[in-house]
Amino acid sequence: MTVLVIAEHDNQNLKSSTLNTITAATKFNDEIHLIILGNNIDNLITNSQSLHKVSKILKCDHEKLENFIPEILAPVISNISNNYTHILAPASTFGKNLLPRLSALLDATQISDVIEIQSKNTFVRPIYAGNAISTVETNQQINLLTIRPTAFDKCEESGGNASIEDIQFLDTQTNTKFISREVSKSDRPDLTNARVVVSGGRGMENSENFKLLYELADKLNAAVGASRAAVDSGYIGNEYQVGQTGKMVAPELYIAVGISGAIQHLAGMKDSKVIVAINKDAEAPIFGIADYGLSTDLFQAIPEIIKELDLLNKIES
Amino acid sequence: MKVLVAVKRVVDYKVQIRVKSDNSGVETQNVKMSVNPPDENAIEEAVKLKEQGLVNETVAVTIGDDKSQDVLRTSMAMGIDRSILVKTSISLEPLAVAKTLAKIIEKENPDLVLLGKQAIDDDSNQTGQILSTLLNWPQGCFISELKIEDKKLFISREIDEGIEKLETSIPAVLTCDLRLNTPRFASLPNIMKAKKKPLDVIEIDTLGIDIESKIKVLNVVEPPKREAGIMVNDVKELVQKLKYEAKVI
Repeated sequence: MTVLVIAEHDNQNLKSSTLNTITAATKFNDEIHLIILGNNIDNLITNSQSLHKVSKILKCDHEKLENFIPEILAPVISNISNNYTHILAPASTFGKNLLPRLSALLDATQISDVIEIQSKNTFVRPIYAGNAISTVETNQQINLLTIRPTAFDKCEESGGNASIEDIQFLDTQTNTKFISREVSKSDRPDLTNARVVVSGGRGMENSENFKLLYELADKLNAAVGASRAAVDSGYIGNEYQVGQTGKMVAPELYIAVGISGAIQHLAGMKDSKVIVAINKDAEAPIFGIADYGLSTDLFQAIPEIIKELDLLNKIES
Repeated sequence: MKVLVAVKRVVDYKVQIRVKSDNSGVETQNVKMSVNPPDENAIEEAVKLKEQGLVNETVAVTIGDDKSQDVLRTSMAMGIDRSILVKTSISLEPLAVAKTLAKIIEKENPDLVLLGKQAIDDDSNQTGQILSTLLNWPQGCFISELKIEDKKLFISREIDEGIEKLETSIPAVLTCDLRLNTPRFASLPNIMKAKKKPLDVIEIDTLGIDIESKIKVLNVVEPPKREAGIMVNDVKELVQKLKYEAKVI
């Protein structure tokens, strides 16, 4: 029995979601192989050899793999799938885009968004935006799982000594051409990975006001998130959306500002360790799950918080 | 050009769902059911393409029991020309749904298939990708923009890092994100008109596909409840609590 993890990366570095997925793979107590498909990935491969508990890296380095077109990636993986009982990918847009193609190629039902591995064939996953938790069992020859990164810690990046095996590139013809990727550049921590997240909702009123949240986020070394309402209104880009159809986050501290707390938003953040809600509507549902609620005008509260944090820093230094 | 839209009947997104007392699943009896929200974006896009003259026929397909006719009527009230119910009393897994849709597509021969990116009941986010693979057509997932020029498709996809732009060609399978468009409300006259539009029923057994479940649900439970905490009086108290009680700043 061997478990295969599909690496998510940008041809230079592994995404942290890959590290969470490797930890999920360790739950099977079997050998773990990591498959890395990309273009010019020699450095990436070398840096990945020390990943804890990964015994082998399967490498496929080809210019046509540069942009992760799923029609090209999937056959390369299915070609070597015979050797594995479980194939895991992160439940990120990368994994969601790719793994169902293996479901079709291997005629196996995929189990999405796994949050707990109970045995080799028993898995737990949230349904209905996390308002119900389903435990499922399968007796398939091959188990295809996407792993919710926030449900598993990151694996250690040292201690391993994986061997490298080159695998065959299969050239799949497709009419799909990559044009561009608009990636938001920010010095703040990654949203799905940050220790603190400051999120804004419709109450922020416009994109200009989000600058207040950026300022607060920078004081806390936090990532910035948003509700769907704020993204739909154009206050901030789609990559910041937290919720059922956006990103799942579980930071130590989540500060919800001007967010009412629709169940679709709660689905993305309710596993945060400490939740703070700031909203002028004292009846907002977000207060029902917040550890600390402050019902006040956010445009007064946020600058005051920034001041208080500055004071704290002064006392400490 | 012809567009086929796949729609699913789900518990309405505003309903607070209840887990059944025997833990066998989620209660769907006597609960308001609606078109899966991202499927409404797929319907809207198909209707818009027809209004723009780029498409001459739109067809909606759903899989389910007789009650599922209501989501097809809604689709037609929003402007879809005709619809097909693939009838079954069994709840299908995404792989079986995609196989069923592939059979219908073989008969209908559309140029473009639009689906919602995920259903808000089981949140699987698989069907479009599986269908694209089965048909060996290009895949465009989580799209927030679609432009058609001749037979070329230009799409923007919402990805974790931002937006990805791809060019591809018809025939293709696209899954729609909530920001692709704003679905229209069906007007009363259009709801009346939709009652007269064609709705064909096909028994799933006649399609000759394997729809057997490959996974078994052992139980469905409520998630651990998160208790509400306290209300603080002012910013000062909040910052003190975060620093000295929760110790997170």
